[in-house]
Amino acid sequence: MSVLFAILFYLATLLFVVGLLSRIATYARTPAPLKIPTTPAPTTQGGVVLRMAREVVLFESLFKANLWIWSMGWLFHASMALVIMRHLRYFTDPVWGWVVLIQPFGLYAGITMLIGLCGLWVRRIFVERIRYISTPSDHLWLVLLIGIASSGLMMQFATHTDVIAVKSFFIGLMGFNIGQLPADAPLMLHLFLVVALLALFPVSKLLHAPGIFFSPTRNQTDNPREKRHVSGWGKKMESES
Amino acid sequence: MAEVTAPAYRTIPIIPKLIPGAMEGKGPYIANEKIQADLGFPGQLVDDWHDKAIAKMGDLLRKYRSVAVFMDACVHCGACSDKCHYFIGTADPKNMPVARQDLMRSVYRRYFTWAGKLFPKLVGARDLTREVLDEWYNYYHQCSECRRCSVFCPYGIDTAEITMAAREILAEVGMGQKYSNEIIAKVHKIGNNLGLPGPALKDTMEGLEEDVKEDTGIDVRFPIDVKGAEVLLITPSADFFAEPHIDSLIGYAKVFHATGTSWTLSSMSSEAANFGMFIGNYEQLRKVALRIRQAALDLGVKRIVVGECGHAWRVAYSFWNTLSGVGDGSDPDDKFARMLQQQLDHRYRQPTHICEFTWDMIERGALSFNKEANDKYVVSFHDSCNVARGSRMGDLPGGQFEIPRNIIRAVANNFVEMDPGTTRESTFCCGGGGGLLTDDLMELRVKGALPRMEALKQVSDEKGVNFLALICAICKTQFSKVAPYYGFDRKMMGGVHQLVSNAIILGDKQ
Ligand code: SF4
Ligand code: SF4
Repeated sequence: MSVLFAILFYLATLLFVVGLLSRIATYARTPAPLKIPTTPAPTTQGGVVLRMAREVVLFESLFKANLWIWSMGWLFHASMALVIMRHLRYFTDPVWGWVVLIQPFGLYAGITMLIGLCGLWVRRIFVERIRYISTPSDHLWLVLLIGIASSGLMMQFATHTDVIAVKSFFIGLMGFNIGQLPADAPLMLHLFLVVALLALFPVSKLLHAPGIFFSPTRNQTDNPREKRHVSGWGKKMESES
Repeated sequence: MAEVTAPAYRTIPIIPKLIPGAMEGKGPYIANEKIQADLGFPGQLVDDWHDKAIAKMGDLLRKYRSVAVFMDACVHCGACSDKCHYFIGTADPKNMPVARQDLMRSVYRRYFTWAGKLFPKLVGARDLTREVLDEWYNYYHQCSECRRCSVFCPYGIDTAEITMAAREILAEVGMGQKYSNEIIAKVHKIGNNLGLPGPALKDTMEGLEEDVKEDTGIDVRFPIDVKGAEVLLITPSADFFAEPHIDSLIGYAKVFHATGTSWTLSSMSSEAANFGMFIGNYEQLRKVALRIRQAALDLGVKRIVVGECGHAWRVAYSFWNTLSGVGDGSDPDDKFARMLQQQLDHRYRQPTHICEFTWDMIERGALSFNKEANDKYVVSFHDSCNVARGSRMGDLPGGQFEIPRNIIRAVANNFVEMDPGTTRESTFCCGGGGGLLTDDLMELRVKGALPRMEALKQVSDEKGVNFLALICAICKTQFSKVAPYYGFDRKMMGGVHQLVSNAIILGDKQ
């Protein structure tokens, strides 16, 4: 069992890293031939960094669009960020100071993450427009994330999992030593779903995470009159004519 | 065409219940063989349309980062789903921006991602069939490329980019749109959307000089093809004869007159509109833009000023520098751009919007007004979608909102705003943009105007607004045509420079 999980984790991590890097490389390689920031847009590079920061940290555009999606979406993402940071304790020895510090918040974040996810799902099921645009995979992603969050919470609050053993398993994995994983149902489920998430990330809508940084409507500077913007294939036309 | 009626105003702007299929089969006429051939597109649906379309899609995915990122990034959150005026007006779910994108995204997933190749049902992927192609034609011609959806999307996904890509694929396999392609061919051949040849244009301008003389007693010139003039005015050709557009043209001429600016039109390049953007075709977009470069070089002008037109200003402001070198800041080894940029006077913004020009002059105290001339009006201002979300005026972000309003306040005493959810970056398209300003789309145009008409109704009831100031040729035509469906007088639609024209005091009066 432990060996199986070890292999799955290696494989999933590989798929995740290679898949993600290759998507990012594609985005980076693809030219943006025209200036298309959604205006009003910042006129300086620094302004663009601020705009992106507001989008990534506060979900500014979503806030303007719809308070329900924003509050649930933001709650889910912010909680998840905390939860992930808290999980660093299973991969570091000794545990970094700031990870110890956020430990208590990380625990509650698991609960708020679940609330956010459920709020999003309720909307997806009950709002006619959103139901219309949803594919089966949209629902399944929510199921998967809800599964990860609830199995994690279960280990914390219901059953008891030997986290020390889990930790030594992962520390071992990182040094290519396959140790012993406690055989316990919530943990298996939790880890299995995480494996699925990692493996499927680069072929799914989760690509919105790297995608936002490459979105030309958000990351371009509004200075087309001041600076001539040229792309490779656009420029080529000039030498031909 | 069956009788079209305007949808009822919504008492509270609630989001409509979906009516699937409401706008099925209501797309515009397809271009015939001759029109297609004029632009170098196949005359009718090619036999291997399926493979060609997929190949073209792959090509666009490699050429446009926007398309590549937007195809992947959507999470179906639905934030954009209620933001489109065509969805609000028609309730057809496929007019929700995300659903419109999905028409193409479903095909993208099927052919370009392994999730879609292996589990099409699961991820909403589907084959490109003839039905799908027809659906594309229909619904990608029910998007005015107004970018309202992109304001609200957490990843900035701009449905306009997808619409443009889809139209490019469609034209490439032989399903171009009659209205837009016919117009582009006229620009290539004659120099403007109307197909108005040089001599006719000259006559029209002479007629205008007489009219203005009669009206004001002053010799305001409408020069054409004057070499060595300071300013080349590029304006939508509707300004030359359509109502109310022409009143704004008179306004520009009066501003040039009062400030002693030497200016000229060009008979070779007498069009600001660039429908190449609407059909998403870079080559066409570029070819149309190059006429302006040519005119500027031929006439030796120092400045290029653009008249009131929304998408034309987006093209001029955002794309001209890239396409034709009209702008500043080219690299030293960039011969193509340098050739023109060395000629232009860079103390001024290149290109300049006519509103920037007028406002600069007002700020410098070079113009004076008799504001009472506009006292019969209570004015409101409609932000044109392309100006609002695809361009800027002045030096600060958002100048495109402030400068036209500043001008209105300088020339009229009564100005009121419409509901803030419908102005500035949240403005609604007039319903006729993006190559949809054609009679074969009348039903779509009337329904798409609903959100703007609602906001107008509110201020006209509560504050007595009786003039809607516009800065776009398409808005002017569209509103003049559809306003009566909503019980408004078409005469209440007019240009910002029409108000300027009413109030301006011409230097050598009396
Ligand atoms: S660009 Fe405008 S017309 Fe097109 S889908 Fe978005 S909101 Fe609708
Ligand atoms: S707002 Fe953006 S991510 Fe959300 S459904 Fe619309 S296009 Fe997709």
